[in-house]
Amino acid sequence: MTRLFMFEKPLGMRDTLPVLFERKQKIRSSIEKEMKNWGYQFMETPTLEYYDTVGAASATLDQQIFKLLDQQGQTLVMRPDMTAPIARVAASKLLKNDLPIRLAYSANVFRAQQREAGRPAEFEQIGVECIGDSTVSADGEGIALMIHSLLAAGLEDFRLSIGHIGFVQTFFRQILGTEERVKALTRYLYGKNYVGYREHVNELALSSIDKQRLLEFLTLKGRSQIIEKAFDLLENDIGKRAVTELQQLWDIIFDFGLDGKVTFDLTLVSHMSYYTGIVFEVYAGNVGFPIGNGGRYDLLLQKFGKQTGATGFAIRMDRLLEALEVDEEELERTSCVLFSSERRREAFDYAQKQRKLGNKVVLQDISGVKDIDACTSRYVDITFLVGKAGKEAALK
Amino acid sequence: MNNFLTIAMPKGRIFEDAVQLLKKAGFQLPPEFDDSRKLILEVPEEKFRFILAKPMDVPTYVEHGVADLGIAGKDVMLEEERDVYELLDLKISACYLAVAGLPDAKINDVAPKVATKYPHVAAAYFREQGEQVEIIKLNGSIELAPLIGLADRIVDIVSTGRTLKENGLVEYERMVEITSRLIVNPVSFRLKDERINELVERLSKLKTGGFGNENFKS
Repeated sequence: MTRLFMFEKPLGMRDTLPVLFERKQKIRSSIEKEMKNWGYQFMETPTLEYYDTVGAASATLDQQIFKLLDQQGQTLVMRPDMTAPIARVAASKLLKNDLPIRLAYSANVFRAQQREAGRPAEFEQIGVECIGDSTVSADGEGIALMIHSLLAAGLEDFRLSIGHIGFVQTFFRQILGTEERVKALTRYLYGKNYVGYREHVNELALSSIDKQRLLEFLTLKGRSQIIEKAFDLLENDIGKRAVTELQQLWDIIFDFGLDGKVTFDLTLVSHMSYYTGIVFEVYAGNVGFPIGNGGRYDLLLQKFGKQTGATGFAIRMDRLLEALEVDEEELERTSCVLFSSERRREAFDYAQKQRKLGNKVVLQDISGVKDIDACTSRYVDITFLVGKAGKEAALK
Repeated sequence: MNNFLTIAMPKGRIFEDAVQLLKKAGFQLPPEFDDSRKLILEVPEEKFRFILAKPMDVPTYVEHGVADLGIAGKDVMLEEERDVYELLDLKISACYLAVAGLPDAKINDVAPKVATKYPHVAAAYFREQGEQVEIIKLNGSIELAPLIGLADRIVDIVSTGRTLKENGLVEYERMVEITSRLIVNPVSFRLKDERINELVERLSKLKTGGFGNENFKS
């Protein structure tokens, strides 16, 4: 084994230094406030879960899950997402009277370590789950809240793409017949491989009309006009429900005045395999990866013993931070009181008065500072309470 | 600057084919384009910024979003498995991946060794054939490996087969056909959809690139 340098941390792990921490917390609290205002309640779950419960229910690919063993030999996972743990808690404790519940979290989630930069093994997600509501209104609320959360964080240049897993599945099944053939074609969508998709379609034993329908499917992107196009691609109204849902969703988003932020993209399928209905991803101008995603997962709660629908979303804090412009001005102003022991009490009283006013004040014994100039330049304001009382000098 | 499209171009074999294709699609590219040594070239008339990368790195630039689009060989796409959209088969720089070796050379039963620039593709291919092989990753002149006894077989791209022939090697299996693809970053695909769709439309109208591989020997 190579000897570690003392500054090294495990692969994929990151420190958050004070300046970044401050920014992160500010963003987090604006988003949390927004979510709370919409009636979502924050909760926490443990970092470790069982592989056989939450690990298996989570849709993160097995090789991407961070695993370890406990003393009994049970495989544990560092939670790969918050949706599965919250589903566990909701199913076993919170769902009562068949009333929808609205939960929120901001927590760190984990992935198996990867060598490449930009793939942290630990990152923060902030998100919500609305459990027990199967209406499109719940989907609409999720999308609206995601948009408002990002706006609250100060992000303006972003866009959501909305797809529908149910539509893709029914549409493919209608034309292809067998599950096996559906799976084979869906794989190209997951792989974002349009070339392979087209080649595969052309090789299938299908009528040229059906081939055309499958190829047309790739163009189902845009605003509300594509809903009609999607409808026309269907046969005998099977799969109509999904299209109706998209129409309803559009109406909701329009009513909420958010239609400028969203487009449909029916080719959008998520790697998170528990999604069953409307899904969405959000993109920001200067970040190469989606900064958040969400969708409906009506079958996940079943795994924990409850039969009910749910929808939710998560925003990736690291990517959101990258998307937001850094405004140096916004960093908190801190002042400093340099005191000598003769005037300790005076200094403390003064600092407390300032702190009560909400100002940040560092109380520093002057004999603990070697370089006064360096100390002065670090704070926006310095007060000297040094020597005998009455001789104080306040600088700047 | 933001309305520029950044396109990652592969240096070397595919580059000229790709430039010709763009010109054929009606894009105005400066004549000195081909022999410049700059790594970043801007074409303000078309609002394009080209970055010139190693072919194997093109999908990396695109996945991370520092390039919106890229032109990459299918061989590279198979090897790198990056999370990008593969939008168009540009049908340029055609070649194929093949297994080759010395004529009549038996593959070692105990520890079959395969040298290649494509360790993932090679390992997956032999695995599907029901064979577990040991991979030796090389970065070029793969044909050397069987000649001096480093490996029993090589996996490499073949366009004319001349390099194999001149070195006394034979092709054992043709694995997969390779052409160059237009790839795009998933975020750019959504946020710059209009410009990207226009580019795709103009390129797909050309149907076949029409440039054979005869000028580009491996």
